Amino acid sequence: MKTLRGLLTALFILSVAAPAAVHAVQPDEVLDDPALEARAREISAELRCVVCQNQSIDDSNAEIARDLRLLVRERLVAGDTDEQVLDYVVARYGDFVLLRPPWQPNTYLLWAGPPIMAIVIATLAILFLRTYQRSRNASLGPDPLSPDDRAELDALVERVAATTRTGTGPSSTFRAELADGLRHLDHPENSEDSLGDDGANTGPDSNPDPDRDTHQ
Amino acid sequence: MRRLIVILPVAAFAALIGVMASLLTDSERNNDPSRLPSALIGQPVPAFELPAVTRNLPGGFSSADLRGRVTVLSIFASWCVPCLAEHPQITQIAETGTPVYGLNHRDKPEDAENWLRRHGNPYTAVGADLNGRASVEWGVTGVPETFIIDADGRIIYKHVGPVTPDALNDKILPLLRGTRGG
Amino acid sequence: MIAEIGQYLLILTLVLAGVQATVPLWGVARGDAAMMRLADRTAIGQAVALLAAFAALTHGFVTSDFSLEVVFQNSHSLKPMLYKVSGVWGNHEGSMLLWVLVLSLFSAAVGLCGRNLPPTLKARVLAVQAMIGLAFLAFIIFTSNPFARLTPAPPNGAGLNPLLQDPGLAFHPPLLYLGYVGFSMAFSFAVAALIEGKVDAAWARWVRPWTLAAWSFLTAGIALGSWWAYYELGWGGWWFWDPVENASFMPWLFGTALLHSAIVVEKRDALKSWTILLAILTFSMSLLGTFLVRSGVLTSVHAFATDPERGVFILAILAVTIGGALTLFAWRAPGMKGGGLFAPVSREGALVANNMLLTVAALTVLLGTLYPLILEAFSGGADRVSVGPPFFNSTFAPIMVPLVLMVAVGPLLAWKRGDLAAAGRKLIPAAIAAAVVIVATFVLKPDGPWLAPLAMGLAAWLAAGALVEWTSRIRLFSAPLAESARRLSGLPRAASGMTLAHLGLAILIVGITGASAWRAELITTLAPGESAEAPGYTVTLGDVSRGQGPNYNFERGVLIITKDERKVAELFAERRFFPVAGQTTTEAGIKTTWLADYYGVIGERGRTPETANKWTVRFYLNPLVPWIWLGAMVMVLGGGLSLTDRRHRVGAPRRAANASPAAAPAPAE
Repeated sequence: MKTLRGLLTALFILSVAAPAAVHAVQPDEVLDDPALEARAREISAELRCVVCQNQSIDDSNAEIARDLRLLVRERLVAGDTDEQVLDYVVARYGDFVLLRPPWQPNTYLLWAGPPIMAIVIATLAILFLRTYQRSRNASLGPDPLSPDDRAELDALVERVAATTRTGTGPSSTFRAELADGLRHLDHPENSEDSLGDDGANTGPDSNPDPDRDTHQ
Repeated sequence: MRRLIVILPVAAFAALIGVMASLLTDSERNNDPSRLPSALIGQPVPAFELPAVTRNLPGGFSSADLRGRVTVLSIFASWCVPCLAEHPQITQIAETGTPVYGLNHRDKPEDAENWLRRHGNPYTAVGADLNGRASVEWGVTGVPETFIIDADGRIIYKHVGPVTPDALNDKILPLLRGTRGG
Repeated sequence: MIAEIGQYLLILTLVLAGVQATVPLWGVARGDAAMMRLADRTAIGQAVALLAAFAALTHGFVTSDFSLEVVFQNSHSLKPMLYKVSGVWGNHEGSMLLWVLVLSLFSAAVGLCGRNLPPTLKARVLAVQAMIGLAFLAFIIFTSNPFARLTPAPPNGAGLNPLLQDPGLAFHPPLLYLGYVGFSMAFSFAVAALIEGKVDAAWARWVRPWTLAAWSFLTAGIALGSWWAYYELGWGGWWFWDPVENASFMPWLFGTALLHSAIVVEKRDALKSWTILLAILTFSMSLLGTFLVRSGVLTSVHAFATDPERGVFILAILAVTIGGALTLFAWRAPGMKGGGLFAPVSREGALVANNMLLTVAALTVLLGTLYPLILEAFSGGADRVSVGPPFFNSTFAPIMVPLVLMVAVGPLLAWKRGDLAAAGRKLIPAAIAAAVVIVATFVLKPDGPWLAPLAMGLAAWLAAGALVEWTSRIRLFSAPLAESARRLSGLPRAASGMTLAHLGLAILIVGITGASAWRAELITTLAPGESAEAPGYTVTLGDVSRGQGPNYNFERGVLIITKDERKVAELFAERRFFPVAGQTTTEAGIKTTWLADYYGVIGERGRTPETANKWTVRFYLNPLVPWIWLGAMVMVLGGGLSLTDRRHRVGAPRRAANASPAAAPAPAE
């Protein structure tokens, strides 16, 4: 199982190569100046242990990791900036040693990838839903009820709702749900129970929302 | 439009399979996964100076020694098993007349001396890198590694891992001949 | 002998899989119910055969039969029995057997419990499962046979890696596979639906429990692996964006998206093609992960030998399964009828946004994981870059922030057309809670990174928002308690499951923030009795004793942690040396409290005469780290709770009957 092997590889290499230590930064590497040491730790977290599967030199016990940790500290003590330290190591080991890929022609696609994907997916989703909605709306006709009929239906719904708003027994619950459903049918934005009452919207046994959209 | 969108996933996936297939069938990659290109190719030899390993070995050298003619630098250690495997090939390189310098990486001096005595010393000079610092200057990640340096002191080739007879005949010897002739 | 039986069982299963992959489909074409039902029986048959094969392999490990090559390579007579057993799946061949076993268990479960499924759908689903099983069984039999013999049989094994002898690591693969491979069910349902040519609410209702189960297992498996890395590897790290970790995280991200989009299919009959695609993609990520981890395509500079032959085989399986499914999708999806309409601001709209963000997140992880390979392939090996934690941390977190913000809002929006203002009003308590937490965090920890209070505020917003939604549903503070109780008993468990899962996410965010922002560390050498200062604490090394375990020698040190003269923790840290394996491991001494972990490690003894009495000591204070795993556990509980929703047992509604009276005057879909 490679999950085990991956983590195992790291420890294997360190155990074989450095039977002494079993952990990363050693006390004798720690610089006296805490600010420099903090910078060293940060820089080390950005450098890859090139013989390990996927560890920074800060985490790895390989010999090369220790050598590089000492190198980083040596350069910091010599006065290099963080950039200069990284450049020093990259000059000798190549871009591969950087855990944060640099922004350069062969990584433009990598760094630009996530924002581009976000924009593309969002655009596709919006376009697709909008054309779909438009085509559906176009295929629906006007309100099949005349304005008088619709007013009568609305009044009827209100009466049913009014009579069933009180009470807690099962039949009144049912009537309440029926009223909710009817109300939601035509005026979904007015239905105050549309989210709280599971019966109206989300239960399998209740009236599902019809697919008719009578509003533009 | 919809047709175009639904084809996108298959197309992307096909491209991915192509990439993976090309990586898996790349025999060079499979046989030599350590094929990390060196950042130092084309660069001048880094500045370094190594003391002799012991009094008994021709010893100590520095970056100045690697200038003026084509040379080879061999990173080795007595505790490194593949180094023993490549030793005949390194000896062969030395026999072509190219000076081979040995960087003894993190080794006990007596061990290195014994190893060379047992197996033969092909090196013009052997330098001791007890703490690995000089190796870092060369971008060394492990042992053995072998570098070819041209007469101007530029690194032109790096071989990671043991020099196999194939690597010797297919890559290193031709390069040496070419560089010397050119 | 038993191993040979195991071998025969594998071949038998292969045959059964072949039958299951073909006969039921033929039965559907002919309308032959008996042929369709055959799938149920072969599914159960496969599961039984593989269970027996697995038992045979376990027998080999338990009896330390070193004539079996896998046992030789991965076990040793001195291993404690628990780890002999867990060694069964702690290697390539055994874990592949576990892989197909889990696949067959899911198929058998559908065969046994899928009584509500229409026979044609069921037959197709089981056929697709069998095709996947067929491919991997062939892979096992021809390239990774766990029952391969070694002659002559060696006297003892080579596999005594102490790192693998750990309970956390023992259970991590089975849980992970139950999740990983469990998503095959959603995949099979999706492909079956594409073959049928229709997706409806009923389909979504049937897919949901399987997806929920797989998701819950995967969450647990990932969390367990992360926890193991934390306490075993010795420096308190818990997530490394390692390709192998990413291989399990990508199916999780897509699977979460799938769970949410399936809701829309079920409730509103919309987003059908998209959900099908997600189901295919989720399992595709599982398969891709299997490939990446076993093919050897991901190598490091001085790595072990790669195994391209196996890699090519798996790649071929991927090409056929995923390529086939995606091609089928491209062909059939446009023909599917669309479903309900909805306004951009609505529950569906929120779920679409959820899906978009999760998809971008998953694709980002995929891009980062694969980029080095892609670049290498295109440059012929010349261009090598590393994509490590800095990349993932920079890109993943910004995607998650808007997602988490919306998790609180989405459940408060109505279907079809939501009222954002009303939802906003309901969330005022959550906003206040967030503001309070931000300020409080800043006051308590002014020195940490400035993002940390914001992250804590985000978690508070999410937690409060989830609770606001739940309490408003049962009218907890707005109606008499009796009514709330009534509503609570009527509330579908899936609703409470959702709240619990979202709360779990909030807890997880708190844990991650604490672990990343306010860690304190001390690295030093101490002699027994000596002390050193860590920020806010004093670390004293007590006695260092020596002893022997079952197969190791150890050095145990006591680290006494005091704060302001008061002892807060006594940590027992060990260094273990395993003589047979020649390896050393460390066991950190960890004290877990609600607020933090005290984490102590003892290193090696000094090697010069002056330092011979001093040991390397490391102490880490990891604030809120236990909340990471607590949050994951709560998420799993939420998933489990949703699974017990009675609607999953009742089965899908017969939507046509309900819809007809209301929809009479409406045009057909």
